[in-house]
This record gives sequence, structure tokens and C-alpha cells, in this order.
Amino acid sequence: MHDTPALQQTPLTEWHRRHGAKMVAYAGFEMPVQYEGVLAEHAAVRQGVGLFDITHMGEILVSGTGAEAWLSGLVTNRIVGIDPGRIVYNAMCRETGKVLDDMLVYRLDQTDWLVVCNAANHAKISAWMIDHLPAAGVTLDDQSNATALIAVQGPHSRELVCRLDQLSAQAGRITDMEFYTHFLVDGPGGRWIISRTGYTGEHGYEIYLPNADALAVWEELMTRGADLSVAPVGLAARDTLRFEVCYCLYGHELSEDVTPLEAGIGWAVKLKKKAGFIGQEALQQQKASGVPHKLVCLEMDGRGIARQDSRVLADGQDVGFVTSGTFSPTFKQALALALVRSDVDLAAAGTLAVDVRGRAIACHMTPFPFLTARTKGDPQAARTLPAGG
Amino acid sequence: MVPDDRKYTQEHEWVQVDGEIAIIGVTEFAAGELGDIVFVELPEIGSEFSAGDTVGTIESVKAVADFYLPVSGEIEAINEVVVDSPELVNSDPMDEGWLVKVRLADTAELDGLLDATAYQNLLGG
Repeated sequence: MHDTPALQQTPLTEWHRRHGAKMVAYAGFEMPVQYEGVLAEHAAVRQGVGLFDITHMGEILVSGTGAEAWLSGLVTNRIVGIDPGRIVYNAMCRETGKVLDDMLVYRLDQTDWLVVCNAANHAKISAWMIDHLPAAGVTLDDQSNATALIAVQGPHSRELVCRLDQLSAQAGRITDMEFYTHFLVDGPGGRWIISRTGYTGEHGYEIYLPNADALAVWEELMTRGADLSVAPVGLAARDTLRFEVCYCLYGHELSEDVTPLEAGIGWAVKLKKKAGFIGQEALQQQKASGVPHKLVCLEMDGRGIARQDSRVLADGQDVGFVTSGTFSPTFKQALALALVRSDVDLAAAGTLAVDVRGRAIACHMTPFPFLTARTKGDPQAARTLPAGG
Repeated sequence: MVPDDRKYTQEHEWVQVDGEIAIIGVTEFAAGELGDIVFVELPEIGSEFSAGDTVGTIESVKAVADFYLPVSGEIEAINEVVVDSPELVNSDPMDEGWLVKVRLADTAELDGLLDATAYQNLLGG
């Protein structure tokens, strides 16, 4: 007999429970999967503003004179020479080019960086980084257990974030900051990072703050956002939101079975990075010989919802599988992302279908992405719906 | 207290009998557990099943739940309104959100179902 380890709580866990959240175990944490319901929460973010407790994410500080060069050797995108205040989306790969995780890399200042990785891969990434540390010049400081993370996402997110007492002097900065930039402020409990990033495809921010400050900020956002119809949003809606704009989710589009080139995030891979990175050679070879798989968008025609792992059939031939599939709240229709063989011309297939629990349900390819993100530019921009949808 | 004008199952379905026809749906509890229901698959009219057979699915955004037939018989009718508007199962699972009507093969099977009190106890009183 052994004890099941207790689930890790966030400073907001009690709040979630008190407000009727359905809680679930996720990556060792007790997390809210929904409050009012996934459809209502999804709509709240697309139309108004929603709050997410994503404290479970991993935050690892990387410091030292050698940090820039070292970190660059571990990730696929360009980070050398970026200005403090910038953020870069990256993949971290094995020598084989397969993906260990996708992550954000922040340059806090000249010699201090922050790596933000998925909760599910935190232990793996931490161990990988420790294993690859040089003899000197770089130190790691895992801040995850001390750091809470609140995402504020939606067309009214900027207005709401500017209403926070702690940020009232920063309204101009918040209004002017570009997408994928951040700045630091001194909060009551310690340093906060205000980051213009997100995982929903809407205009939004992510606020990193000490655990001690989190509950007060969350409650202040709920109070000050009442006239904006602010809503707490759980993991279920977080998934439908990212899915519609075709953002990868590790364990679905990304895993140790695929390279970033196959998963459609080749734009975050700088194959010509001079100083190199782990996996570069393998990825260069894959590019040269032809990337064997690609990610495609599917819209279901028949009655049935394609789910992860369902096989994709082109003229009856198995050509791949669904990485993520669900009922899209925005399109009110079953959609799927699928990883398929590159050597089969799906557009030329007579019939395209997904095997849903033994039945071949017809579908068709649709342009990527399903829904255009509004992360830059006008937060209320009219949506560009994909043609042929 | 759940309505006592019908019987219930451990799988959180309700069975309301009208002569030889049983109307079947899922309970308030089941609908709540499933969350927003976005797709319902129901059996073909005229098909025959035994008690316990999986005859359809009820899908939420995140999950697929099997719909079992709690009694044996022939499918007499299915709720077309629910097929077009699955959210009805969330908003009115006990009445307008009914799923199928079955012509009972063996009314004695009803004795094996839970009465309102027993189901209420199952829910935790």
C-alpha cells in the first residue's frame, strides 16, 4: 500500500471550489476544468474577457554570462541578441529532432532569462536542462512553486488589466506594448511580469506574480471586470479556444514522436542557426529529404465528432490520425487537426473521412487556421473565416 | 427529491412508463456531469435491443458517453428535436430532453429498476 501523492494546489484553488468549479487532476495539480460551462466560458473569452489560473506552468530562471549562448543551443528559435523585454516561442528537441516541449523564452535583462514550459513536461525539461548545464557561466533557479500565473484574455483584456490598482501607473505602457513583449513591476509580494502573450487567439496578457499576491489580484480582476462580464475560465475552454486558432498542445500536435517541422511550427525553427542547437542536424536532414508528415485542418461533413487518435482515411487508405478533435463552439461544428502523410495528395482524394468508433465519417480539408487570431492589431477585428468553410 | 413518476438506473437514466411504451432519458445529474452536450447519436427506429445494450452516444465538447438501453424492446421513436438541438438535454433532461421511446419486450424488467427513493439515495440523499 502506498499513499497517492496529494495534488498540488494554487493560491486560487479554494476560490475555484467556492465558485462552483468542477476540479480535475492535471499534471499533478488540482485544476478547474470548468465553472459555468465550456461553451459559456469559451464565448466569454471570444467576446469579452476571461481569467485563467495557469499557475501549474513551469517557470525556470536561467542566469549568467553564459546563459544566452547556452540556452540558444537548447532551443530551435533565434534568441541571441534579442532585447530585454522580448519573448520568443520555441521548441526544445532531442538530438533526433523530436520535440521535448514547446515553451516561451523571456529575456528579462542582459544575463537573465525565463523559460516557461508546460506543466506536464516540467520535470522532464528541468532534468534535461540540468543534464546539459555547462561547468560554469550558467545557473538555473526553478521558480515554479513560488510563481502564480493568471491569464487575462479577450477583446476587453487590455481595459481590465489597466484597471488593476498595482498597474494604474502602467496604463500607457500596457496600451503600447507589442505582442510577445513583457515588462517588470514591483508588486506587494515581489516582482511581477506583465506579458502580452496568451493561448486563446484573442488579445490578452499573462501576469506572473508571487503566490502571495495572486488571490487579491484575481479577486480584483473579477470585481473590476464586472461591467465587462469577466468570467473565470477552466481548462476545457482553454483547449477549445487554442484549438480553433490551431495552437499546438503538447501531447496532441507535439510529442516525442514528431519534429517541429511535422507539427507545423517550422516557423519557430531556425535551421541555419550558426552556433547550432540540439536537434538541428536531424531537422536539417528531415527538411532536405522531405518532411514526412504535416498537420492539416479538417471539417467534418457527416454526423460525428472526430476525436484524438481517430484514423484519417483517403479513399479508404489510412493516411494519418487526428491529433485534436472536438465540437468547435465558434463554428458550432465538429473540426479536427490531423497529422497526415505528406506523400499522399489529400486534395486529390475522392473521399476523405475519419474513422469515428468504426464508422467512416466524411470530412474535407479546410485552410489553416480554422479561426484567425486577434492577438495583434484590433482586439475586436471582424473575424476572417477560412474560405470554403 | 427526484420525480417519483418514473424509475431510474445506476447509469443515471430515467424510465417513464406509459402502458407498453417506456420513455427514456438521462437524469439531471448525468446532464450536469457531462457538461455542455453538443452531439447526440440515437438508434434507428424499429431496431431491437436487449437491456444493457449500447444504443447511442451522448457527447459533450470533451467526452463521449455511451447511452445504454435500460430495458429490452423495439425503438418506437427518437427525439428528433434533441438530435438537432442537443443542448436541450442540458436545459430540460427530465422532460423535453427525452431521448427514445421503447416498446417494452418484457415489462417485468421494470421491477429491476430503481425507484425515486433508491435513486435519490444513490445520489447521496
